[in-house]
Amino acid sequence: MKVLVPIKRVIDYNVKVRVKPDNSNVDLANVKMAINPFCEIAVEEAVRLKEAGTATEIIAVSIGDKSCQEQLRTALALGADKAIQIDTDQNLDSLNVAKLLQKVVEAEQPQLVILGKQSIDSDNNQTGQMLAALTGLPQGTFASEVKVDGDKVNVTREIDGGLQTVALSLPAIVTTDLRLNEPRYASLPNIMKAKRKPLEVQPAADFGIDLAPRSTLVKVSPPSERQAGIVVESVDELVEKLKNEAKVIS
Amino acid sequence: MSILVFAEHDNNTLKADTLKTVAAAQAIGGDIDVVVAGLNCQAVAEAAAQINGVNKVLVADNAAYEHQLAENVSLLVTELASDYSHILATALTTGKNFMPRVAALLDVAQISDIIAVESADTFVRPIYAGNAIATVQSLDSKKVITVRTTGFDAVATDGSAEIIAIAQATDAGTSSHVSDELTVSERPDLGAAGVVISGGRGMQNGDNFKLLEGIADKLGAAIGASRAAVDAGFVPNDMQVGQTGKIVAPDLYIAVGISGAIQHLAGMKDSKVIVAINKDPEAPIFQVADYGIVGDLFDVLPELESKL
Ligand SMILES: Cc1cc2nc3c(=O)[nH]c(=O)nc-3n(C[C@H](O)[C@H](O)[C@H](O)COP(=O)(O)OP(=O)(O)OC[C@H]3O[C@@H](n4cnc5c(N)ncnc54)[C@H](O)[C@@H]3O)c2cc1C
Repeated sequence: MKVLVPIKRVIDYNVKVRVKPDNSNVDLANVKMAINPFCEIAVEEAVRLKEAGTATEIIAVSIGDKSCQEQLRTALALGADKAIQIDTDQNLDSLNVAKLLQKVVEAEQPQLVILGKQSIDSDNNQTGQMLAALTGLPQGTFASEVKVDGDKVNVTREIDGGLQTVALSLPAIVTTDLRLNEPRYASLPNIMKAKRKPLEVQPAADFGIDLAPRSTLVKVSPPSERQAGIVVESVDELVEKLKNEAKVIS
Repeated sequence: MSILVFAEHDNNTLKADTLKTVAAAQAIGGDIDVVVAGLNCQAVAEAAAQINGVNKVLVADNAAYEHQLAENVSLLVTELASDYSHILATALTTGKNFMPRVAALLDVAQISDIIAVESADTFVRPIYAGNAIATVQSLDSKKVITVRTTGFDAVATDGSAEIIAIAQATDAGTSSHVSDELTVSERPDLGAAGVVISGGRGMQNGDNFKLLEGIADKLGAAIGASRAAVDAGFVPNDMQVGQTGKIVAPDLYIAVGISGAIQHLAGMKDSKVIVAINKDPEAPIFQVADYGIVGDLFDVLPELESKL
C-alpha cells in the first residue's frame, strides 16, 4: 500500500513570532523554520506502517519554494522513499493546496493520505478535510490511533467529549493529532542516505489550476498583551484579592 | 444576506456554544436559519427554535446524521448552501471536522476560528497560536466560517422560530461509526465554565488531580490540563487546554504546575483573571498571571481549598 504524506515548512514551534511594525504580516526573516509538528507525526505514522509491513512506499510532498526541500529531506531521512516539491513562491490558502494535492492523489493513487491536522502558523485546520472532499474520500481527522484492517482503516479521533472511532473504506484521508505517536529523530546515516533519495520538482503552474487567492490579508496586529500582575505572599492574600479586588469569587 | 448556522448537539441537548455562533451571525447581519442534523433530535430543534433572532430551524432527522459523520453532514450542508450567503459552524471538533469539506465542495475558502466580525466579508482570527491577529477579507461569493466561541457572547433564548423538517438523508457510504469513549463528568463544560482550574506536569500523576477537585467543587469550576499532563496519561485528552486543545476564556483561570508554554497560553490567555501556582519564580506563566503564588502546589492547594 502506498502512503502519501503532505508536509509543510513552518516556523519552529519554540519561536514566538513577531508582527512587522507596518502590520502587513508577521516577520519571518531569519526565523528558525522546521517541519510542522503535526506533519512530522504524519511522517512517523507512515514510517511505522511501513515497518509493520502495511505500507510499501511512502511519498512525501510539500508545496512551496525551494526552501521546503529541507523539510522534504527531513521526511526522507525519517523514512519516506520519495519526495515531490510542488514549486511556487505564492503563499497558497488551504483550498488551493488541497487542489494541488488532489492532482498528486490522482497521479499517485495512494491508499492512505496522512496529513497534520493543522499547521502551527495559519492554524486553519482545513487542508486534509478539503482534500478528502475534493477526492470524494472518507476522512479520519484528529487521529490518535490508526489501524489498517484489510480494505478498511479504523481511526480513533480526539473529539470534544473524549474519543470516537470511525471505520473508513480505503483509500482514505487521515489527519494527525499530537498523541498519535512520538516522532523519532533521524539518525546520521539516514540523513546521509536521504541525500540520495529521489526528490522531484514540479512547478505549481504545470498543474493547470487557478491558484488565485480567495482572501486578502487586510492587516496583522499583535495580540493585546497582558500585563504581568503581582506575586502574592500567601494563600490568604490570594483569596482576599480574588474576593475584593478581582471580584471573581465570593 | 441570509445565514445558515449549524447547531452543535449530541441529539439530546443543544450545546450552549451554538448561541455564541448565532451571535457571530447577528454581527454579520441578515436572516438567520439554524440547521439541526442528527437522529431523534427533536428536543434539540425545539431548543434551537428558542434562540433569539432565528428565523427557521431546519431539522434533518435521519440515521445518516446520528454521529455527525463529516462525509454525510458536509453533503447535507452543501445542498442547503445555495440559499445562503454565509454558512457558520462553531469551531469545536464537529465543525472543524466537516466544515472544510463544505467549503471545498462549494469551491470556496474557509475562514477558520473567527473571533470578531468587521463586516459581512471581513473577519478577525488569531494565527500563530494567538501571537498574531489577522484581519482577513474574503473574496468568495459564499462565506464558510467557523466561529471561536470565546470571541462572542451568547444570545438570549427568548425566540420562537418555525421548525421545518427537511427530507435530506445523504449517506456517502464511505464511513461508519464504530464507538465513542466519552468522558462522563458532573462538572461544567470546559468551554462554558466561569472558573477553570488546570493542572500540568507539576501535578506528577493522575491521582493528584484530586487536589484540584476539592477546589473545583467549591468554585463550581471545570478542570483542565496542559498537554504535558495529558501526554503523561494523568488525565484524558478532552481536558487539554491550548492551541490544539480547548480554547477557554473564563472569569477565573487557575494554572497549577503549568509552566506557560506558548501553546498553552494560546488556549487561556483571554481569561479575565489568571492565577498561577508554580514553584519556579521564572516560569513564563507568571508573565500573564494577575496573581501568582510561588510555592509547592502540594502545600498551596490544600490550604487554598480550606480557605475558600
Ligand atoms: C504543535 C504543538 C502543539 C501543542 N499544543 C499544546 C496545547 O494545546 N496545550 C498545551 O498545554 N501544550 C501544548 N503543547 C505543549 C507545550 O509546548 C508544552 O510542552 C506544555 O504546555 C507543557 O506543559 P506543562 O506546563 O504542564 O509542563 P512543563 O513545561 O514541564 O511545566 C511544569 C511546571 O510545573 C512546575 N512544577 C513542578 N512541580 C511543581 C510543584 N510541586 N509545585 C508547583 N509547581 C511545580 C514547574 O516549575 C514547571 O513550571 C504543544 C506543543 C506542540 C509542539
